[in-house]
Amino acid sequence: MGIDRREFLAKTGKFILLTSAAAVAWDFLRAGRPEAAPNYKLQSHWWAFAIDIEKCIGCGNCVRACKTENDVPLEPYYFRTWVERYHVPNGNIEHPEVDSPNGGYDGFPVRYTPGDGSKNFFVPKLCNHCAHSPCTQVCPVGATFDSPDGVVLVDKTYCLGCRYCVQACPYGCRFIDPRTMTVDKCSLCYHRITKGLTTACCETCPTGARALGDLKNPKDPIHEFLRTHKIQVLKPQLATGAKAYYNGLDGSVR
Amino acid sequence: MESLIHGVEGFMYPNEIELQWSILIVLYPYLTGLVAGAFILASLERVFNVEAVRPTYRLALLTALAFLLVAPLPLQLHLGRPERSFEMYLTPHTTSAMAMFGFVYLWYLMAVLILEIWLDYRKDIVLMARQSTGYLRQLYRAMALWSDNISERSLEIDDKVGRFITIVGIPSAFLLHGYVGFIFGSVKANPWWSTTLMPVVFLFSAMVSGIALVMLVYMVASWKRGTLMDMRCLDTIARYLLYTFIIDFALEMLDLVHRIYEADESFKSLDFMVHTQLYVPHILIQIVFGTVLPIALLGLVQLVRLSERLRKGLYVTAGVLTLIGIFAMRWNVVIGGQLFSKSFLGYTTYKLEFATREGLLPAIIILLLPFLVLWILVRLLPPWEREEPAG
Repeated sequence: MGIDRREFLAKTGKFILLTSAAAVAWDFLRAGRPEAAPNYKLQSHWWAFAIDIEKCIGCGNCVRACKTENDVPLEPYYFRTWVERYHVPNGNIEHPEVDSPNGGYDGFPVRYTPGDGSKNFFVPKLCNHCAHSPCTQVCPVGATFDSPDGVVLVDKTYCLGCRYCVQACPYGCRFIDPRTMTVDKCSLCYHRITKGLTTACCETCPTGARALGDLKNPKDPIHEFLRTHKIQVLKPQLATGAKAYYNGLDGSVR
Repeated sequence: MESLIHGVEGFMYPNEIELQWSILIVLYPYLTGLVAGAFILASLERVFNVEAVRPTYRLALLTALAFLLVAPLPLQLHLGRPERSFEMYLTPHTTSAMAMFGFVYLWYLMAVLILEIWLDYRKDIVLMARQSTGYLRQLYRAMALWSDNISERSLEIDDKVGRFITIVGIPSAFLLHGYVGFIFGSVKANPWWSTTLMPVVFLFSAMVSGIALVMLVYMVASWKRGTLMDMRCLDTIARYLLYTFIIDFALEMLDLVHRIYEADESFKSLDFMVHTQLYVPHILIQIVFGTVLPIALLGLVQLVRLSERLRKGLYVTAGVLTLIGIFAMRWNVVIGGQLFSKSFLGYTTYKLEFATREGLLPAIIILLLPFLVLWILVRLLPPWEREEPAG
């Protein structure tokens, strides 16, 4: 043996120390970071989303705008946002009939006749940008991360495509982009909101059923909306800290 | 993809229609389970001094190693970006069960299994290095880390350290497979997975499958080598298999009864599934043929005095049924957990393809691969009882 125990231990120790230091440095270099925007201060925002079910007419503008703006694959299995149609006969909230043909992209064909004693409404869905997001928790490399301004983002250059986050999201908001084999989801149009614009879906909603809100901005109309409406989030029992706030959310909505 | 829509019944969130985790992810808990089970059987002899199972001690260790080496393969094949998988070690996300599993795996492979096998075989490796020539000699010398020391004192140390490692190894094996259960059990979005019992159920089913596997491998190996099977050993293993199986079954039934009795919001969905799509894999294959029947067969041996030949036949039947049953259990967890919508309003179907990256063919190859690895390992490090050669 050309190496004694002391030397061996010292070398092993150095090796372990240096590799872990390199790992930390690598982590720092590669970790997901929000896109930079001049004049945008991460700490001064806390983004949320307001949805008024009573105003949604199911036109599908938001779905189309989102797919165009964010280059979402057009096949009917990939959506950053989509619209569901609920048909609740005789107030039976346990067994609603729900459909979302092509995610509402083409609008909704007439299916139910008015005055049949049922309750009918549309529910727009998108990432809830949860404050305690289960998807962020499970990502094995931190490719999905919470940005300090309250948006759940994905670093596509870092995602392994393991799909654990897709399983962990209770709302079905994530999909694997077949072109990159990495995960994709609503980014709250981060490239727009950091430049002072609103999201593509809000921009194109003809009835104002969707509104982006900044909870850290006291002048933002979302405060008024939250105060004056009966507000609910989806699946509150899961305690994900969802920040997509709904007005008029029926008990039948899942 | 176009055909996907036709497999849907009721309403699924649009992004849910495509199944995320395929048969490869079924293999992953199956393979790791076999590892943990085989190791726990091996440690019976070492730590608890169950002398009867001694003939399978080394075989069990090698089986565990063979399966552990293959276990990450299905995961790797499943990843969308497999070239990035090493990031899990470089920049692990500490709150992710999956990331931490990488370390548990590495710990188990490097610090427990390889070390234990090495210490147990060290004397043999040195002796084989002395006796062989050419490349084989170089290989054995490298495996002995170029040491030639098999003095009594050094062997004593080997034994002491080996014993210590086995003691560390048992909780590690528990950790390894309990952790796999946690990966599923901690997903609160999925009520089919989300139960505290999941790691425990996974652990016991792992022990069941690992013990059954080693029993079968031992029987096949003895038969191939034309040696006499040690019936005392086989009977003991079969008895342990029965005991762990009863615990495993009790836990699974507890989970089932609890779900039925509580009947929470997800129950109707899950109940529907178990009566339709999952009826064959869950009720028939997993519970009836994969659990109740082998327990009955193994129990029969305990109750009635049977001939050696008949016992062997029963053990083989029970062992094969067990392995199929535990595979079905993994299938029902992984695939079953994705067949219903998280809206609880609809169901989708899983279409298993054949010769695609995540199809049946690669799954079969991955399932056979550990046996090839085991064959090589057995060639390299014969696990059979031998007479002491003059040192």
